Amino acid sequence: MIHVPGNRVSPAEPLGPRMHAGLLKAMTAATMLVAAGGAWAVNDLPGGPAVRQLDLHPAVTRIASAQQDLHQMMLYICVTIFVAVFGVMFYSIFAHRKSKGHKAADFHESTTVEIVWTIVPFLIVIGMALPATKVVVAQKDTTNADLTIKATGMQWKWGYEYIKGEGEGIQFISTLDASQRALSDAGTPQGDNYLLKVDNALVVPVDKKIRIITTANDVIHSFMVPAFGIKQDAIPGFVRDTWFRAEKVGDYYGQCVELCGKEHAYMPIHVKVLSTDDYAKWVADKHKEMQALADDPNKVWTQEELIARGEKVYNANCAACHQANGKGGGAIKALDGSPKVLSDDHGVQINVLLNGQNNIMPPWRQLSDTEIAAVITYTKNQWSNKTGQTVQPAEVLAARK
Amino acid sequence: MSAVLDHGGHGHGHDDHHAHPHGWRRWVYATNHKDIGTLYLLFSLTMLMIGGLLALGIRAELFQPGLQLVNPELFNQLTTMHGIIMVFGAIMPAFVGVANWMLPLQIGASDMAFARMNNFSFWLMIPAALMLVGSFFMPGGAPAAGWTLYAPLTLQMGPSMDAGIFAMHILGASSIMGSINIIVTILNMRAPGMTLMKMPMFAWTWLITAYLLIAVMPVLAGAITMTLTDRHFGTSFFNPAGGGDPVMYQHIFWFFGHPEVYIMILPAFGIVSQIVPAFARKKLFGYASMVYATASIAILSFIVWAHHMFATGMPVTGQLFFMYATMLISVPTGVKVFNWIATMWKGSMTFESPMLWAVGFIFVFTMGGFTGLILSVAPIDIQLQDTYYVVAHFHYVLVAGSLFALFAAFYYWAPKWTGVMVPEWKGKLHFWWSLIAFNVTFFPMHFLGLAGMPRRYADYPMQFADFNAIASVGAFFFGFAQVYFIFVVLIPAMRGKGEPAPAKPWDGAEGLEWEVPSPAPFHTFETPPKLDATATRVIG
Repeated sequence: MIHVPGNRVSPAEPLGPRMHAGLLKAMTAATMLVAAGGAWAVNDLPGGPAVRQLDLHPAVTRIASAQQDLHQMMLYICVTIFVAVFGVMFYSIFAHRKSKGHKAADFHESTTVEIVWTIVPFLIVIGMALPATKVVVAQKDTTNADLTIKATGMQWKWGYEYIKGEGEGIQFISTLDASQRALSDAGTPQGDNYLLKVDNALVVPVDKKIRIITTANDVIHSFMVPAFGIKQDAIPGFVRDTWFRAEKVGDYYGQCVELCGKEHAYMPIHVKVLSTDDYAKWVADKHKEMQALADDPNKVWTQEELIARGEKVYNANCAACHQANGKGGGAIKALDGSPKVLSDDHGVQINVLLNGQNNIMPPWRQLSDTEIAAVITYTKNQWSNKTGQTVQPAEVLAARK
Repeated sequence: MSAVLDHGGHGHGHDDHHAHPHGWRRWVYATNHKDIGTLYLLFSLTMLMIGGLLALGIRAELFQPGLQLVNPELFNQLTTMHGIIMVFGAIMPAFVGVANWMLPLQIGASDMAFARMNNFSFWLMIPAALMLVGSFFMPGGAPAAGWTLYAPLTLQMGPSMDAGIFAMHILGASSIMGSINIIVTILNMRAPGMTLMKMPMFAWTWLITAYLLIAVMPVLAGAITMTLTDRHFGTSFFNPAGGGDPVMYQHIFWFFGHPEVYIMILPAFGIVSQIVPAFARKKLFGYASMVYATASIAILSFIVWAHHMFATGMPVTGQLFFMYATMLISVPTGVKVFNWIATMWKGSMTFESPMLWAVGFIFVFTMGGFTGLILSVAPIDIQLQDTYYVVAHFHYVLVAGSLFALFAAFYYWAPKWTGVMVPEWKGKLHFWWSLIAFNVTFFPMHFLGLAGMPRRYADYPMQFADFNAIASVGAFFFGFAQVYFIFVVLIPAMRGKGEPAPAKPWDGAEGLEWEVPSPAPFHTFETPPKLDATATRVIG
């Protein structure tokens, strides 16, 4: 059961001065906006949305191009029919009015006419369906991919794992930039890539067929990149796929596109398409990095090292719900002064982090043993908590079994 | 004297032989189809305003990027409850209200077949509505999983989810009972001489709609009951952790959900089919075709549900089938539009308020129909699914479609209901104000969707700001138009202010409802009337 955490207007609070201040702010901004002639200080984002964009994104794959062509075709046909039909209707409105003295005619049925205006639209619809069929078939053909990447939707971020092809074995989590999330809360949005910036972008090579396998850890999410023309639901318990072949190097953006809870608007997708050489270099660098970071779970850390590391982990993962001051809010438990954090038994807090709690706190198994040990050590020694305890990665590793 | 608000009603005359109740008993124990119709209409108007407030909350937050007014959880509650309240509390009951008022009158029956069940159908809605609106004040707030209530997100919701499920069960029971009532009334209680192919189009569309309701409301009940047992009784219908299938929820929900949207539009078609001939002073073109087209739309509506699921991972054959079937529905729908225009063609038209709303409906609903056709093309849908393009589409067909038709029905039949004519300038102002505000609100959403702005987002990239601002301004403008309607149009009419209305205020109108006085007396057609050959006039 999810309760509404505390710091904004929630339904259990009466509409108080905060709401009115917010309204006043919005109204003032509105007036200023109107006075200033409208535009926010933002530019088009290449590979992402353009300001006042009117049509689909410029296509970077053949599929996206085909979708655009289909849409243009549909639009032209529909607008033509619309203009024709309503041209007739508006003509009738002007010419066949009683005030113009027009007398009503008598006819009220004609089988021929009914047949004609059933058959002709039927043929038009068939004409629309034929080119569409080709694209449906092409969109679904995920065979013979050069590179296969699994995208796992989680509340509320994406996990990417390179499963097969160049870069196999690389895996990381991609989360919305924390400072942008804070700007949202503050009501002060900023930046051409506002709500689209992540810490680790998905990196792929250009001109290669990339198969994206989607799944989810908790609820249904959906992986979308408009410039590629792809959208695939990420469904827990299921494995689905889609594919793309990007024909231009660059940065492309998408967002989660199936309601998945409170942070649904805050789990963007950033795909970096690199040239073949740059991609190879990235893979090599990433492998080196992973080896370096591969925390030896048996290493023994000092408390200072753990707390420093733990603070980083906390800010990136925990602060959004538990707050920077550890006080949580609503159903989000306070860590500051929490019996489970203060407990002498490390297993209590390790268990919460590995397995979640009450269906509200999610499990965090995807963090490494070192990261979990670090963040636990941090919370046990931060704010008013002064346990002096240290949790080593080996304890977390043992608890995973 | 208004029959709606009983001012020492002297319009009862000889039917005082049984003391018909006054005061609160009249309404709580109501078995009269006119009174129950009024109850449904006032109820749905109230829900429209509540749902509208929620919409204004959404649009106020989305007016600018950044969170200014609400947090994302509350935002999700607003979007969810706006949808549920509008669909189940505003649109559906409003059409039932018009059906209750008009069907017995139109077929020459004294009342609905099951008058007490009719009462129960209405009063069931009150506790359901209280639960839905009250859910905001439960621990955890209102359900926040979208009106579509997808699993497994619903498994994470608080106790208001269970209250919402209970409320929807109650509403479903109410709808099913109402539909049974409508079907039996129409099939059994038509005055002699009124064959099925002579009855008004509004009766046809409601007959078909009632069958749709009976077929699909139990399916919704199944889906939400399975959600309930997954939440509390250890089942795993939809919970993948227990081996369940979230996609199955979508299949079950949309098997209900797609016919549901036709349930919300077919009665609107019926209303427009009554109004256009009246103001064109020409019979409806192609009556038989219109009946067949409506039936085709209803039948087709059962085989297209998965077009809401193109992005779930459906195999190619599935995508193709549902794409073709969905595109096919545009054919009978187009036939209806052509028939309406053919009715207008070479007529002798005047444009009083009912006609404005009906013609406005045809124009704007067709725009919504075209965006639906575009969405039905699966590759395009892959770009547009779950974006604001879909939001634009369904608001065009539900607001500019269903709601405009309901307003048309009000202006058309208000003289019969209230006994007074609504001054023309009032209706015209309401129409143009609503039409313009509606388009300002929802047209930009097509662009937002094409640009990729997702639905159900509390905050958005700044490039989307301008169109969001325009939509929000339009939304408030539209909301004020409805407040204007209530205070300047509706309440004075219900109080009996205005020119007394004749039995038939619209000279081109046809139908048995125009054979009784305005306002309609409490009891009408207590004995079946003798009808002329066209079954539109009472003779003898």
